[in-house]
Amino acid sequence: MKKKQSLKKDLKTFGTVLKFLKIYRIHFILSLLLTAVSVGLTLYIPILVGQAIDHAVGAGAVDMSAIGIILTKILISVLITGVITWIVNVLNNRMTYGIVKNIRRKAFLRIQEFPISFMDSNRTGDIISRTITDVDTFADGLLMGFTQFFNGIMTILGTLVFMFIYSPPVALIVVIVTPLSLFVASFIAKKTHSMFKLQAEIRSEQTSLIDEAISEHKTVAAFGQEENIQRDFDEINNRLEGASLRAIFFSSITNPSTRFVNSVVYALVAFTGALLCIGGNAGMTVGRLSSFLSYATQYTKPFNEISGVVTELQNALACAERVFELIDTPVQTPDTDTPCEPEKINGIVEFSNVSFSYTPDKKLIENFNLKTYEGQHIAIVGPTGCGKTTLINLLMRFYDVDGGEIRLDGTDIRDYTRKTLRSSYGMVLQDTWLCSGTIRDNIAFGKPDATDEEIKEAAKAAHAHSFIRRLPDGYNTVISEDGGALSQGQKQLLCIARVMLCLPEILILDEATSSIDTRTEIRIQKAFTTMMNGRTSFIVAHRLSTIKEADLILVMKDGNIIEQGTHTELLEKNGFYTKLYNSQFVKE
Amino acid sequence: MKKLLKFLKGYYLQSVLAPTFKMLEALFELLVPLAVAAIIDKGINQNNRSVVLSMCGIMIALGVIGLICAICAQFFAARAAVGVATRVRSALFSHIQKFSYKNTDKIGTSTLITRMTGDINSMQTGVNMFLRLFMRSPFIVFGAMVMAFTISPRLSLIFLGVIAILMVVVFGIMLISIPIYKKSQAKLDRVVGKVRENYNGARVIRAFNKEGAEIEEFDKRNDALTKIQIFAGRISALMNPLTYVIINLAIILLIRAGAISVNSGNLTQGELLALYNYMSQILVELIKLASLIITLNKASASGKRVFAILDTEPEEKRTAEAKSTDNGSAVCFDNVSFRYHKDGDEALSNISFSVNKGETVGIIGGTGSGKSTLINLIPAFYAPTSGNVFINEKNALLYGKKELNGMFAVVPQKAVLFKGTVRSNLLFGKNDATDEELLDALSKAQALDFVNELENKLDATVEQNGRNLSGGQKQRLTIARALVRKPQFLILDDSASALDYATESRLRSALSSLDYSPTTFIVSQRASSIMHADKILVLDDGEVVGMGTHAELLESCDVYKDIYRSQFSEGGEAK
Repeated sequence: MKKKQSLKKDLKTFGTVLKFLKIYRIHFILSLLLTAVSVGLTLYIPILVGQAIDHAVGAGAVDMSAIGIILTKILISVLITGVITWIVNVLNNRMTYGIVKNIRRKAFLRIQEFPISFMDSNRTGDIISRTITDVDTFADGLLMGFTQFFNGIMTILGTLVFMFIYSPPVALIVVIVTPLSLFVASFIAKKTHSMFKLQAEIRSEQTSLIDEAISEHKTVAAFGQEENIQRDFDEINNRLEGASLRAIFFSSITNPSTRFVNSVVYALVAFTGALLCIGGNAGMTVGRLSSFLSYATQYTKPFNEISGVVTELQNALACAERVFELIDTPVQTPDTDTPCEPEKINGIVEFSNVSFSYTPDKKLIENFNLKTYEGQHIAIVGPTGCGKTTLINLLMRFYDVDGGEIRLDGTDIRDYTRKTLRSSYGMVLQDTWLCSGTIRDNIAFGKPDATDEEIKEAAKAAHAHSFIRRLPDGYNTVISEDGGALSQGQKQLLCIARVMLCLPEILILDEATSSIDTRTEIRIQKAFTTMMNGRTSFIVAHRLSTIKEADLILVMKDGNIIEQGTHTELLEKNGFYTKLYNSQFVKE
Repeated sequence: MKKLLKFLKGYYLQSVLAPTFKMLEALFELLVPLAVAAIIDKGINQNNRSVVLSMCGIMIALGVIGLICAICAQFFAARAAVGVATRVRSALFSHIQKFSYKNTDKIGTSTLITRMTGDINSMQTGVNMFLRLFMRSPFIVFGAMVMAFTISPRLSLIFLGVIAILMVVVFGIMLISIPIYKKSQAKLDRVVGKVRENYNGARVIRAFNKEGAEIEEFDKRNDALTKIQIFAGRISALMNPLTYVIINLAIILLIRAGAISVNSGNLTQGELLALYNYMSQILVELIKLASLIITLNKASASGKRVFAILDTEPEEKRTAEAKSTDNGSAVCFDNVSFRYHKDGDEALSNISFSVNKGETVGIIGGTGSGKSTLINLIPAFYAPTSGNVFINEKNALLYGKKELNGMFAVVPQKAVLFKGTVRSNLLFGKNDATDEELLDALSKAQALDFVNELENKLDATVEQNGRNLSGGQKQRLTIARALVRKPQFLILDDSASALDYATESRLRSALSSLDYSPTTFIVSQRASSIMHADKILVLDDGEVVGMGTHAELLESCDVYKDIYRSQFSEGGEAK
C-alpha cells in the first residue's frame, strides 16, 4: 500500500516535470530525432569496421581498395555523428537549465504569495535548501536523463534490430540475458530512493542551522556559544555522513552489478558466435563476430547507463518532490475577483467585531471594535505582548481576521486587492529590514522612479541625510543584506525615509523610532505631522511623550482596549494609562 | 589540491584502496580482448571448440572478480568522499564561527550558505568520482596502449598519438571551463541572496507592493545564472563528440595500417581485431572520463570557493599598543579611535574614560553617535583602529577570546533568538544552568510572567529569529539570557527599547540590585534609563562631549541638557 502511494507520488512529480518540459517541446523532439540519427550511425560504424576486418583475412589476401571505400564511409559517418552529438548536447543543456530556471522562478513566485504565517513558522534555510540545492540536484539528474536515457533506449532498440538481421540465435541470447541487469538496477534503485530522500531532508535541516548560525553569528560569538553550535552542527553533519554514505554506496553498486551482467552477455556472445563460426553456418564470420561483440557492449552499455541514470533520477525525483512540495504549499487566499478600485482612499478605518488568534487554542483579540475618521491620529499603547503589532498585521492583511471585518472607507479590506490596500499604507516596522543595495535603492524602495532630489528631501525629513553624507560613498554606499555596520537607529532612519518618500494615505508606525534618540525623534515627529496633515495614522509607541498629541489613544491589554481617549482625558481617568505614564518618570 | 589532501588524512587507506581495486577491476577487463583474440586465432581459425569454451569460462570468471573489486572500490570511494566532505563542512563551519565581526560584515551570509552546502556537495561528488574513475580511466587508456604495444609496436604508435591529442583536448576544455564554473557559482550566490532577502523581508516587500519588482530582479539574476550555466554546458558539450571523432579517426588509421600489415603477413586477423577492441575500450573509457571531467571541473571550482573561505584570516591582526595599565580600573579606554572602513569617517575619535568595578555606566547620544560601536569595542568584538582598551588592567586584545567572552554578557540591540525552546535559548548564556537559575534570570528580566503564560513554559517553542514572540518579549528573553550567565561585565545595548516604561523601570531596579554586582554598561535613548548611573558618557558624532553624573551633566553638558529636556519637556510633567 505504502509502496503504491510512493509510486503514485513519483508519477505525480514526474507529471509536474513534464508540464515544465512543455515549452521546450520543439527542443525535445529535435533532440530525440537527432539522437535517433546519431545512434543509427554509431551502430552502423561497427558493421563497417567488421566488414573491413573481413577483408583483411591474411597475408596477401587483403582487398585494399574495398577497405578504402569502407573507411571513407566510416569517416563520413563519424564526422556526422560528432556534429549531431554536439548539437544534441547543446539542446539538452538548454532544455535542462531552462526547465530548472522556470522551476526556480516558480518557487520564487510562490514565496511572494505565501501567507505571512507560513514565513513566520518556517526556517529560511529550509526554503533556500529547497529552491537552490534541491533544484540543482534535480538539474544534474535531468541533464543526465536527457543525454543518456533516450540515447540508451534508442541504442538498445537499434542494436536489437541489427543483431536480429545478422544472427537471430546470438541476438536471442542477448535479449534473454540482458534484462537481468535492468532487474538488478531497479531493485537497487528502489532501495536507495528512501536513502536519497533522507539525505535531502538532513541537508535541509543542516542548511537551516547554517543559515541561522551564520546570519546571527555575532550573537553566537558574543555568548561564546561557538562550541555548542559546532556540536549541534557536527551531530547533524555526522548523521548526514551516514545517510550520504549509504545513499552513495548503495546506488553505486548498480553500475558494477550491471557491468557484471554485461560481461556475462559478452562471454555468451563470444561463445555462441565462435561456435557458429566453427560450424560455418548462419553466415557467421570473424568480422561479424567482431561487430557482434562490439554490439554486445554497445547493447549492454545503455543498460548500464540507464541504471546509472535511474539512481541519479531517483535522487533528482526526491529533490524535485521537495521543490514541488514548496510550490504546492497553500498560498494566501487570492484577491477577490471583483475588487473595489477607488480613485482615492480617504483613510477611514473601522474594526467591527474583529476576532483573531495566531493559534486556535490561544485567543488573542476578540470582538474588537473601533472607528476612526479621516485624518485621525491614533496611538496604541499597552504593555508588551498585548496585541498591538497584531492589529497592524491585520490592518495590512498580513493575516486575515478569524471573525468580523475590517473596513476601509466603508468597504471590507478583503474586497480590495492587496495591492490597492497596501499601497494606501505607509509602514515603518520594529523590524528594520533593508535590502542589499545602495542607500539610494533602499530609500527609493517604494518609489523606484523618485528623483535624486526627492530622495534627498526624504532623507533630510527623516534626519538621515547627515549620516548618509558621511558614509564612504554617500547615497551610493552599498549596504549588505542585513544593513552591515549601520546602527539600529540609522537603519530606522532609513526605513522612515523610505516611507517619507511614498506619501501614503494612511501611516503605520510600529515602534518606528524606538532606537532613535529623542531629540531626532521629536524632529522626525514634526516632519511626520506636516506630512500626515489630513491623513490617518496609527502609531504604536512606548515613549508616551511621543504620542501625547494623538487624537485618540487606545490603551490595550491582553488583546482588548481597556481605555481610550485623548491624553488629557485618560490622565483624568487616573487608570491604567496614568500608571503607565507615570512609570516613565518614576524616580527610585 | 594540496589543501584537500589535508582533509583526506584519516582516509588515506580508503583513498588508496578505492583506486587500487578500480585498477584491479580494469586489469581484469583488459585481459578480455586477449581472450577474444585467442578464441578467434586458436578457436575459430583452428576449429578448436574446447579453447572457445575455456576462454569463455575465463571471461566469466574475470567478470566475477571484477565485480567484487568494483564493489570494494565503490565502498572505499564513497567512504572517503563522504568522510572528506563531512570534515571540510565541519572545518568550514567552525572556521566561520571564528570570524570576527569585521569578516562577517564583509563576506555576507548568502555566499557562506552556498559554499557550505552546494559547493561542498559538489566537492564530495568530485572526490568520489575522482577516486572511482580518475585512476581507472587513465589506467585503462595506458593499459590498452601497452597491450597494443605487445601486439604490434608499430601500430601502437597510432595509440600514442591519439592519447597525446586527447590529453590536449581534455585538459584544454578543463582549463577553459573551471573559471566559468566558478563564475556560475557566484551567480548562484546572487540568486540565493534574493531568495533569502525575500523570505526575511516579506512584510516590508509586501507593504510596499514590491513583489513585482522583486520578481523582476530575481528573474534577472536567475537568467544570468542560467545563461552562464548554458555557456559552461556548451563548452563541456564539446568534449564528448570531440573524443568520439578523434578515436574513430584513429580507428580508421588503425584499420588501414593494420590491413597493410595483415597483407604483408606481419599481423593476424585476430590481432587486428584485438587492436580494434583496445581502441574501443579507450573510447568507452574516455567518454566516461569526459563526463567525469565535467564533474571535476565543477568540484574544483567549488573547492576553490570553499578553501577561499578557509583561507580568510578570522582574527584581524592588530597588536596591542600597550600591554596593561595600573589605574585599578575594571574597564579603561585610552585614547581609542575606530573606523569601520579604511576610507570611511571615524566612528569613534579619541575616547578616554575609566570605570571601576561594580559601577554602572550610562551611555547616551544621538543616532549614529557611536554608542553601539563603543560597546562593541569593550569585549574586543572589533579591535580599535588606534588606542587601547583595558579590561581589568590588561589590554583586551591580549585575552584569549574564550576567556574574554566568559567575563561578558552582552544584550545586543537587535533581539536575536534561535530556533529551539525558551530553555535552549537561555542556556546559551550558561550551558549548565539549573532551572532555578533560569527562572531567577527570567524573573529579574521581567520575563517570568509571560513565559509562565506560554504553553510548556520553559519548553515553549521559539521559532527562528523568535518570530512567534513580540518585540518586547524577545528583548526580555535576550536580557534573561545574559543574566543567566551572572557575568562580571553586563552590557545592555539599548535593549529595553521595546519595553513599556513600567516594565523597564522594574527591570532597572532588578538590575541595580543584582547580588553579584556586575560592572554594567547601559546604552539608551532614554535619559530615565541612565540618569541613575554612577557615570554617564554623552556621545556626539563619535566624541565624548560630556562625562559625569546626571546632576553634573545637567550643569555642564549642553547636549545632555537637550536630550533630557526633549524627554522631560515642560518641566512640570516630570515629577
